[in-house]
Amino acid sequence: MNDQRPATAHGGPILLAENITFAYAKQATPVLENLDLSIQEGEFFCLLGPSGCGKTSVLNLIAGFQQVTGGRLTLAGQPITGPGVDRAVVFQGEDALFSWLRAIDNVAFGPKMKGMSRHERYETARKYLNLVHLSGQEYKYPSELSGGMKQRVQIARVLANDPKIMLMDEPFGALDAQTRGKLQDELVEIWRATQKTIVFITHDIAEAVLLGDRVGIMSKGPSSRIATIIPIDLPRPRRRGYAGFGDMWEKINALIDGEEAAGDDRASNDGAAAKISLVHRHEGHAELVRK
Amino acid sequence: MTDTIAQLPSSSPIPARARKGRRIEPTYLVYAASIVSMVALWHIISTTFFEPAFFPPPGLVLSTGYEMLRSGELMKHVGISLQRILLGFAIGSLVAAPVGLLMGSNRIIRAIFEPYINFFRFVPSIAWLTPVVIWFGIGETSKVLIIIYTTVFIVMINTIVGVSNIAPNKTRAAACLGAGPGQTFLYVTLPATLPFILTGMRLAMGNSFATVVSAEMLAADSGLGYLIFNSRLWMATDRIFIGIVSLGVLGILADWIFRQLILRYASHYGPVE
Ligand SMILES: Nc1ncnc2c1ncn2[C@@H]1O[C@H](COP(=O)(O)OP(=O)(O)OP(=O)(O)O)[C@@H](O)[C@H]1O
Ligand SMILES: [Mg+2]
Repeated sequence: MNDQRPATAHGGPILLAENITFAYAKQATPVLENLDLSIQEGEFFCLLGPSGCGKTSVLNLIAGFQQVTGGRLTLAGQPITGPGVDRAVVFQGEDALFSWLRAIDNVAFGPKMKGMSRHERYETARKYLNLVHLSGQEYKYPSELSGGMKQRVQIARVLANDPKIMLMDEPFGALDAQTRGKLQDELVEIWRATQKTIVFITHDIAEAVLLGDRVGIMSKGPSSRIATIIPIDLPRPRRRGYAGFGDMWEKINALIDGEEAAGDDRASNDGAAAKISLVHRHEGHAELVRK
Repeated sequence: MTDTIAQLPSSSPIPARARKGRRIEPTYLVYAASIVSMVALWHIISTTFFEPAFFPPPGLVLSTGYEMLRSGELMKHVGISLQRILLGFAIGSLVAAPVGLLMGSNRIIRAIFEPYINFFRFVPSIAWLTPVVIWFGIGETSKVLIIIYTTVFIVMINTIVGVSNIAPNKTRAAACLGAGPGQTFLYVTLPATLPFILTGMRLAMGNSFATVVSAEMLAADSGLGYLIFNSRLWMATDRIFIGIVSLGVLGILADWIFRQLILRYASHYGPVE
């Protein structure tokens, strides 16, 4: 396992956000303002921020579901104008699965759109269901799978389409701690095997420290941006109890606190979001202590 | 099996995990007991307080029904009513579902049809009976057209609701996975809307029964509506009761068949929960 590669030694920037602004229609204050971000090819990038700060919005822009209202957002030098097969999304909710299709047909959906033969696409689907440890569950419908299995199907469905970039929106947020831990390990394995670029959204500090090459911390919304980027130079495979893990957690925690204090100065009318993020951090801490 | 109320059609789609199971449950015994007591009550009330001509007891209705079955008269009326219902219902659904899908997916198509839907869905089909008979004659065409009219709006509105209920994440996922607009329509919009279309059809089936009876009462010489209305002239209440019982039984049967079809072919089309 040659996984001692430093966080910066990846292929060069594949995704570049330059001073982007984004507002929903008829919105006075933009959700994102002056946001800069550069993501390297092959990198595991975690985007961390309090609930409602605009993480999903950033992902929607990268996926091409929505367009920037200002600035430039480019993928391999080309402006992003719409969704494409080079970027695939693992959605925050499980309603993204096609409920009328069995697990295998969900995974084979992308290959089918490409016009792959029935035999070929089932072979591909089986391969990726295997990879996410779902062999034996191929013929179940999403309604017959557990929450963790559904997220695995989403991951397999994305992998079967072989995108350059995987965009993952709190994919494990709704799972119990044990399942989450397992899927986190599996995801790192998959990332190492496939060398994909991953943008992973989370509001769990421990998760970001466990997974990321770098962690981008978003400021509290509205007019959110990437406040700080922290390289996580811990060796892999990482364990929560290992040396450096707790320090890194504390460092990021402190940064978020600072960010929040600054945010409270900027606009003191968003108390709810601050409280929610505090709750998240306590959860993260409890987990850290337990493991 | 839960109670009948839960099985009545509603405007919400069929649950993802539809009820299955073959064992006889206590509920069926309760059904049977309830029906037997009701028939007994019917007998007591009709023989104690009424002349048979005003409120025929179950025995009389049964023997009249047997006579009408033997002579083939009952099946003639049942057959022609069913034919009108099924024809109108099928054509109406076949027209309404695609139009509803297009309206749900395309703002311009929706804007073209929406004013008419909002206007005509409040005009009951029977209001059209006289003009339709003048235009298309007293024959089968008029009756089938009236039932098409009844079916179209319910199925269309349910379909439109179905399209607007598709989780945005589903269409977005399809786009990420390389589906073009046509593929998204065929592989996402259509299957995701199917439960709503079927629910609309189930509701429309009920309305078709009501409509065929009214149409047959006012302009026909056959069918269950005609039987009920015509028997009134000679105070043949037993024959009226035969018409009423036939309608109820046919309705239950039609709905049961429809439910079985949904369970068999569309039980997984419900939303993931
Ligand atoms: N469709 C929309 N129209 C208008 N405003 C929206 C819409 N979607 C989100 N917003 C607003 O944009 C802001 C950012 O939302 P977003 O979903 O990006 O946050 P998030 O960081 O992903 O939150 P969470 O952690 O809860 O998923 C929020 O204040 C939200 O209210
Ligand atoms: Mg979000």
